[in-house]
Amino acid sequence: MSAQQNPAQRVAIGISFGNSYSSIAFTSGEGRAEVIANEDGDRQIPSILSYVSGEELHGTQAKAQLVRNPRNTVAYFRDFLGQEFKSIDPSPCHQSAHPVPQESTVAFNIRDTPEEKENTVTISEITTRHLKRLRNSASDYLGKSVNSAVITVPTNFSDAQKEALNKAAKEAGIEVLQFINEPVAAVLAYDARPDAKLADKIVVVADLGGTRSDIAVIASRGGIYTLLATHHDYEVSGFQLDQVLIDYFAKEFMKKNKSAGDPRENERALAKLKLESEAVKKALSIGTSAAFSVESLLNGIDFTATINRSRYELLAIKQIAAFTRLVAHAVEKAQLDPLDVSEIIVAGGNAHTPKVASALSAAFPETTKVIAPSTSPTAINPSELAVRGAAIQASLIQEFELEDIEQSTHPMVTVTPHLSHAVGVLCISGEESHGIFHPIVDAETPLPVRRSAIIATPKEGGDVLIKLAEGARHIKVTKPEPKPKEEKEKDEDDSDEDEDESEEEIREKTWKVGKILSEAALRGLQKGAKVEVQVNIGADLSVNAIFREVGGKGGVRGILQGQKGVNGSA
Amino acid sequence: MDTVQIALPLPVLPEGWAGEKDFKAIGSLSQATDRNIEPVGPHFLAHARRKRHKRTFSEDDRIQAQANVKKVEDDDAGEISEPEDPLLLQREAKDWKTQDHYAVLGLSRYRYKATEDQIKRAHRKKVLKHHPDKKAAAGQAQDDQFFKCIQKAAEVLLDPVKRRQFDSVDEAADVEPPTKKESQKGNFYKLWGKVFESEARFSNKQPVPKLGNENSTKAEVEEFYNFWYNFDSWRTFEYLDEDVPDDNENRDQKRHVERKNQNARRKKKTEDTARLRKLVDDCLSLDVRIKKFQQEERAQKNKRRTEKEAEQKRLAEEAAKKKEEEARIQAEKEAAEKAAKADSKKAKEAAKNAAKKNKRVVRAAVKEANYFHGAGDAPAAQIDSALNDVDLIITKLDNEELATLTGKLNGKTDAGEITTIFQEEVKRLLGAGKLKDGEAKSLS
Ligand SMILES: Nc1ncnc2c1ncn2[C@@H]1O[C@H](COP(=O)(O)OP(=O)(O)O)[C@@H](O)[C@H]1O
Repeated sequence: MSAQQNPAQRVAIGISFGNSYSSIAFTSGEGRAEVIANEDGDRQIPSILSYVSGEELHGTQAKAQLVRNPRNTVAYFRDFLGQEFKSIDPSPCHQSAHPVPQESTVAFNIRDTPEEKENTVTISEITTRHLKRLRNSASDYLGKSVNSAVITVPTNFSDAQKEALNKAAKEAGIEVLQFINEPVAAVLAYDARPDAKLADKIVVVADLGGTRSDIAVIASRGGIYTLLATHHDYEVSGFQLDQVLIDYFAKEFMKKNKSAGDPRENERALAKLKLESEAVKKALSIGTSAAFSVESLLNGIDFTATINRSRYELLAIKQIAAFTRLVAHAVEKAQLDPLDVSEIIVAGGNAHTPKVASALSAAFPETTKVIAPSTSPTAINPSELAVRGAAIQASLIQEFELEDIEQSTHPMVTVTPHLSHAVGVLCISGEESHGIFHPIVDAETPLPVRRSAIIATPKEGGDVLIKLAEGARHIKVTKPEPKPKEEKEKDEDDSDEDEDESEEEIREKTWKVGKILSEAALRGLQKGAKVEVQVNIGADLSVNAIFREVGGKGGVRGILQGQKGVNGSA
Repeated sequence: MDTVQIALPLPVLPEGWAGEKDFKAIGSLSQATDRNIEPVGPHFLAHARRKRHKRTFSEDDRIQAQANVKKVEDDDAGEISEPEDPLLLQREAKDWKTQDHYAVLGLSRYRYKATEDQIKRAHRKKVLKHHPDKKAAAGQAQDDQFFKCIQKAAEVLLDPVKRRQFDSVDEAADVEPPTKKESQKGNFYKLWGKVFESEARFSNKQPVPKLGNENSTKAEVEEFYNFWYNFDSWRTFEYLDEDVPDDNENRDQKRHVERKNQNARRKKKTEDTARLRKLVDDCLSLDVRIKKFQQEERAQKNKRRTEKEAEQKRLAEEAAKKKEEEARIQAEKEAAEKAAKADSKKAKEAAKNAAKKNKRVVRAAVKEANYFHGAGDAPAAQIDSALNDVDLIITKLDNEELATLTGKLNGKTDAGEITTIFQEEVKRLLGAGKLKDGEAKSLS
C-alpha cells in the first residue's frame, strides 16, 4: 500500500476510535458531516473483534460473542496501543481476551485462524484489523476506496500512542492526515453547524465514555480553540453505570430464585447480565421504563424484569455525582469559576442518560448551558460528536500535502501567546462614581487579535474620555440576609435541606479594574452618538487602538509599545 | 467576530484633560501565557496561513517553541509511592474490614488528608501493578487476593460516606496525647498541636482553630478552648458494627444484631465525646499560657490596686496638709486679730489717758486763766460756769482736737492768752456747728 497519497486522489473520512465504540463519517459536497452506518446498520460500532472458526466478526456481532466466546473476543483495547504492558490497566478486558505482554508491547492470545491454533496477536495488529473493517464499511458506503482519515484521540494520548496508531492505520491502508483531540472535535462539530455563531466563550466538554471519563476546559476565541485544563478518570465510567444495573438485576434474580445462586459469580451469566444491562441503560435514555430479559441467565432459568428510570437514577446517584465532581474539578484546574463556563457539551455515549445532564445543570449556574439530548432539542448525538468533528477537519485539510499539514500544525505555528487578562474600557454606571470595566477582548485570547466594540455616550454628547484597561474577573459572593426562622406549624421532621438551600449565597461575575493602559479623548460628539473602539493586540503585546464616533469623521489613534524580542511575526 | 455592544456610557472628558493628538499611553499589557492552540477548524487554518508564511520549521524550532508552553496534561507518574509491606501483600480480601485501606493504596502518609484525586491516582497505580493479568504474565500464581484488597480499599475510600466511616476509626491517623512529663519538657505546642490537628479531622466546622504557641493572644487561646469544648464531630462508629445477617430468614436475629449495633455505636460516640473532653481538659491543665494569663491578670490587678492605694494615700495626705495649712492660717489670723485688738485697746487706753491728761491740762489751763474772771478771785458761779463750759467744749472735741487744743494750751500761763485760745476754740466749734449760740457763754 502506498504510504503517501496524492491529495487529488484522496478519499478522506473522519474516524473516532473509542475503547467501546468507533464511528466513521464523511463530509458531503455541501459541507455537511454524515455518520456512516456499517453493514449491520450501526453508527456506533463496537470496537470489538471476535474469531469463530477463523472467521472474523466485528462490531455488534463480535460483541455478542462476549457471552459464548469471550476468550476469542478482543474488546476495550484502544488504550493499550503504543503502551508497555506494565502501564496498561487490563481491568476492562475482564470478560474478554486478556492482554499479555509481547516484547515491549501488548498482545492477545486468540484462536483467530481456521486451524483454531492459539496465536499471539499484537495490539497493533488488532488495531489494524479493526480499522480495516471501519475503512471497508466506509468504502462500501461511499462507493470508493477510502484511503485517508482524520482520527480523534483523547487529549492525553502520548506521542508514542499516536505513532503506534499512525502505524496501525497505515497498515490498514489509511493515511492519517491528522490526529485531533476528541473534545476539540466535539466543539468543532457544533461550531461547524450552519446556524452556529462565532462567540468568545469557555466551553467544557464532559465526556462520559465506556471505560473512562475525560473532561476538557476549552477557551473558544473567534473560532480558535485552546485547551486550558483537562482531567481524566478511569473509575467513573459507563461500565460503572452498567454495574449498577448488573447488581440490581442480579439481586432481583436472586430474590426470585433463592436457590439459584449469584449470576455475577458465573462468567457466562455475568456476560449476559452485562450485555442486557447496557441495553436497559440505553433504553432508559429514551423511555421512562425498560424491560430486562435474558434467556437462561443461570442454571437454565430465564429472567425478565422491568425497571423505571427514576429507580435507575436513584441507584446511580453516586456515580453520576462523581462525574459532576470531575467536571467541577476540571474547571477548578483551569483556575476558572463555574460562572465562567458558558457551555458544557456533554459527550460520550452516556451523555444520552438524562440524569447525567440534569445533574450538571443543577451543579452549575443557570448561565451555563448544558448541551445534551435531554436538555437541548438541537443537541447533536453525543456519540457522534467526535467523528463529526473529525470528518469536518478531514474535509478542511484533505487537499493539503501531508508535509504541509505537518508544518501547519508545528509548534512554531500552534504555540501562541494568550492574554493573561481581559482588555476593555471603563464606562459609567448609575451607582458607581468611578469606572466600571467592560471587556472587549477576553482573557486567554490568543494573539494577535482584533476586536471592536460600540459604546454608548452621555445623552448630551460632547467630549468623552475613553480609558483602556486590563480587567480581572471577580466573583462577588453575597450571603442573603438570614431569614427569620419560619414558624413550623406541623411536620416537625421536615427535612432541613430545603432550609439550607434557601440560604444559599449569591454568586455573581463582576470585574475589577486592573492596569490602566491608555486614555483617549473624543470631542464634540453628537447627541446620542456612539463610539467605536477597535483594539488590535499584537503577539508582542503591542496595542494599536482606534477610537472614533460612529458615522463621524476622523477619530483618534493610539499605540502602546509591545515587548522587544517577542515573536511578533504574525 | 461580532462587535461587542456596550450600553453603559463613556465618562465625560474631565476639564483640562490634554494629550498629544488626544491620546495618552499609560501602561502596557501584562505578560502573556504561551499556550498551544488546537490545530483544528477553519479559523486555525487562516491563522496557520498567516503565521507560517510558507516557512519550514525544524525539530529545533519545535523544542524552542514549546519551551515555555503552559502544560495542560498532568504527569502520570504520581508523587505517591511507598514501599509495599510484604505482609500487606499477603492479606486476604475477606478480611477487608481490618485492612488499612490507605496502606493498601500506598497512601499511609496521607490518610484522611488524601484528596479524591490522589486516591484515584494511587488506586490506578496499584491496579496497573497488581492486576491478576500482570501476575499471570509474570508467571506468578493466579492469586488475585491483594488485587481484591485494592479494589475494596478504593471502594471504601472513593465513597464519601464509607470513607468517613473508615476515617472515623482509622487509628493510624490518631496522635497520642503527650504525657505530662513530655508536655513540660518544652515541646508542649508541637506535641499537643499535632494531637489537635489530628482530632480536627472530625470537625464539622472547618477550619479548626490551632493550638498556637507562646505568642498567642488570650483571645486566641480562649477561642481555641471554646471551640474544642463545643466540638461538633462527624465521627461515627458503624464501621465497627457486627455483621448483620443478610438473609430474610432470621428476622428476629437480624433485628437483634441491628439493635445491638445501634447501642454500641451510641456508646462509642458517648465515650468518644468524653475522651475528647478529657483530652481538652488535660491540655488546658498543662497549658502554661493559662497560668501566664492569670498571672498577668493578677499582676495587672495588683498594679491597679497599688496604684489606687497610692492615689488614695496621696489624696489623704494632700487633704491633711490642706487642713493643717488652713488651721495655721486661721491661727495666724486669730493671733493677728487678737494682737490688733490688743493694740487698739492700748491705743484707746493711751488715747484715753492722753485725753485724761489733756483734759487735765485743759482744766488746769482754766484754773491758770483764773476761770476767765480776770484779776482777783473768781466767784464760785464764775468758776462753775467756766468749768461747765470747758467740760462742754471737751465733750464736743474728739481726742485729736483735744490734743491740738492741749498742744496750744501747754505751757501757757498768761490768762489772757489762755482765754483767747478757748475763745477761738469756741468760735471754731460754733463755726463747725458743734456748739450752738448761747452755749459756753463764759467764753463768748
Ligand atoms: N443511548 C445511550 N444511553 C446511555 N448510554 C449509552 C447510550 N449509548 C451508548 N451509551 C454508553 O456510552 C458508553 C460508550 O460511549 P463512547 O463515547 O462510545 O465511549 P468510548 O469512548 O469508551 O468508546 C458505553 O458505556 C455505552 O453503554
